[in-house]
Amino acid sequence: METRNIMIVGVGGQGTLLTSRILGGLAIRAGYDVKLSEVHGMAQRGGSVVTFVRYGDKVEEPIVEEGCADVLIAFERLEALRYIHYLRKDGVLIVNDTRIDPMPVVMGAAEYPKNIIEGIEKDHTVYKVDAGYEAQIVGNPRCFNVIVLGMAARHMDYSYEDWMAVIETTVPPKTIEINKKAFDRGWNL
Amino acid sequence: MAEKKLMLGNEAIARGAWEAGVKVSSAYPGTPSTEISETLVKYKDDIYSEWAPNEKVATEVALGASMSGVRSLVSMKMVGFNVAADPVYSGSYTGVNGGMVMVVADDPGIYSSQNEQDTRQICRAAHIPVLEPSDSAEAKEYTKLAYEISEKYDTIVVLRTTTRLAHSQCLVELGDRQEIADKTYERNPAKWVMMPGNAIKKHVVVEKRDITIAEDACECPLNTVEYNDLSIGYITSDIPYTYVKEAHPSASVLKLGMTNPLPEKLIREFAGKVDRLVIFEELEPVIEEQVRAMGIPCDGKNIFTRQGEYSANMLRKVIFGEDKEVCAAQVPARPPILCPGCPHRSVFTALKKLKLHAAGDIGCYTLGAVPPLSVIDTTVCMGSSISTLHGMEKAKGKEYIQNWVAVIGDSTFMHTGINSLMNMVYNNATGTVIILDNSTTAMTGHQDHPGTGMTLSQGAVTPINFEALIRSLGIENVFVINAFDQDALKSRIKEEVKADHISVIIAKAPCALLKSNHFDKVCVPVADKCMRCGQCLSAGCPALTKNADETISIDTTRCNGCTLCMQLCKFNAIRLEED
Repeated sequence: METRNIMIVGVGGQGTLLTSRILGGLAIRAGYDVKLSEVHGMAQRGGSVVTFVRYGDKVEEPIVEEGCADVLIAFERLEALRYIHYLRKDGVLIVNDTRIDPMPVVMGAAEYPKNIIEGIEKDHTVYKVDAGYEAQIVGNPRCFNVIVLGMAARHMDYSYEDWMAVIETTVPPKTIEINKKAFDRGWNL
Repeated sequence: MAEKKLMLGNEAIARGAWEAGVKVSSAYPGTPSTEISETLVKYKDDIYSEWAPNEKVATEVALGASMSGVRSLVSMKMVGFNVAADPVYSGSYTGVNGGMVMVVADDPGIYSSQNEQDTRQICRAAHIPVLEPSDSAEAKEYTKLAYEISEKYDTIVVLRTTTRLAHSQCLVELGDRQEIADKTYERNPAKWVMMPGNAIKKHVVVEKRDITIAEDACECPLNTVEYNDLSIGYITSDIPYTYVKEAHPSASVLKLGMTNPLPEKLIREFAGKVDRLVIFEELEPVIEEQVRAMGIPCDGKNIFTRQGEYSANMLRKVIFGEDKEVCAAQVPARPPILCPGCPHRSVFTALKKLKLHAAGDIGCYTLGAVPPLSVIDTTVCMGSSISTLHGMEKAKGKEYIQNWVAVIGDSTFMHTGINSLMNMVYNNATGTVIILDNSTTAMTGHQDHPGTGMTLSQGAVTPINFEALIRSLGIENVFVINAFDQDALKSRIKEEVKADHISVIIAKAPCALLKSNHFDKVCVPVADKCMRCGQCLSAGCPALTKNADETISIDTTRCNGCTLCMQLCKFNAIRLEED
């Protein structure tokens, strides 16, 4: 199989690392070669963070290049826009339809862009979800990221059972049930 | 079949050290090297691992372990390598007994550092072999090989990584631990005592060692040649090798797993077979300049940059003239920010109110340089806040620094700040030093240090008491203040900056992200009391947002109830509630 390119972007602290670990686990389970690349350090303090996941028969570089992502998973609207040029023309964006103001916006030094999703929809297929709202329905506001992942899962190469099995072995034991519920909610949206 | 696991480069290095039979490890945390020691804790039955107060100390610990006859590891980020340079240069002369490997992590792209230096240059200057893996699987194997090279050639070996390698994951095949018998130690001053008479002789040995390793490097399995299309050949190493394979799989490649010393014969042979030779290396032209010195024409930094990370697209653009014309949207930046409930924000808010300048240091608190706080004026390197303030005072006099303070974190103070404070005492200085004591090394992900009372693998110990330590230097004006008490901070700082003595204010409150830190209260706006003055927003807490009518909202899922916004509000329009 040709190498598949997945990107997860968001704001430091939103759980991009956990999400990429689940994706890594899936690729191994399916017998693919896989490489992941993450951001640790200062950016994790509320900065813009990006994680790359690549899987296929043989993976060379660990990063996804601009214009090459098959699936872009964005945990926040502005971050979706920041990295949208990484998405292939026929790629898919799954975006958590939420707004977190960066400091320049909070301070009035910059404006939060308007109509982000409408703009992206002109060129790409977009699936959006208010994951914060959905997470409240599921019962834990912190599991919003797994809801977004559940939606994105429809555009990847693994079965529902594969996802559930890997979530079970990847997330902290105490959170297995809530994360499985969250994934199911996203998968069925 | 051997078990395979997805591992970070750093985890793979730790695994490699364990498999190689390493018994002692010392390190100071620094992104992107920190996870090596954090992973080593898993092997604590076999490996003693510790956090040292700085990289120089850590390197000497590893060298001592090597002298005694066991395999040792020391890991650090590249700026820490500068701190360790003293034992490195002379350790190159002494050589080793048990194998000794230094992992040094470079940061192309400056994700989390204060410069973009290239470790290979120091290694060349110190005559130390350098290995560079291109993924986690190689990272583990190269770590093991590094010990063999170290012992075979009687030298410290550097395993050089980059942020991308350290924080990328791939499948790694796990092996068993080699049980390596301890070497015997015998008194040998000619080897271990670096005084002129011995060092002069050792310098000759080091030169010979370089030549021998360079010759052997031509046969070394770490350096591999892939002949394909001969119209172009790349010499490359570490992560950039994967970019060459991605962007130009048909090209010929000389992959250098060992980048110091260079295998001259192998390079000449490769260069002779390809029509065009391209050196594809991030940062400085370390390989390129040596290839040019061999009289071999090549392309390198004439077509590629010294700055930032490389990529497959960069190679495609430069070599094939391919430009995909992807253009990024112009969007507001999202710089990292201090967390809600961060004690540094409170101290910086007090400094801002007092209109003071701060000589800063290395840590999360460097973020005090950016708006809306903007109180830090200078940041250079670990420990420099105190000494640069001292330099200003000696240059311009006591009055000049009466609107200045030095701010330094607890871990950074232990690292090298203490030396600078001793210098202030010794040289009769005045000035105000604020230790931002959040009880951890926060930015690298919460590692312990001598002031926290916890060790990496040996459990609890008696913490070094900052106040007692500083008083023991002869400083009488030492004040411990709750970092969230705005009034106490402001009145004390205001008084001390005017005083004619050294004062140290320990602003104490734990990092908001520490797992031991529990928050049971949140700040809640009282809308009918709000006068829309925006004072609460001036500290830049990300839990607060301004509403359309200029009142505020507080995100209770993010608020840690630190009360800073409450203290800034003059109208009692924010109150504390049980979460």
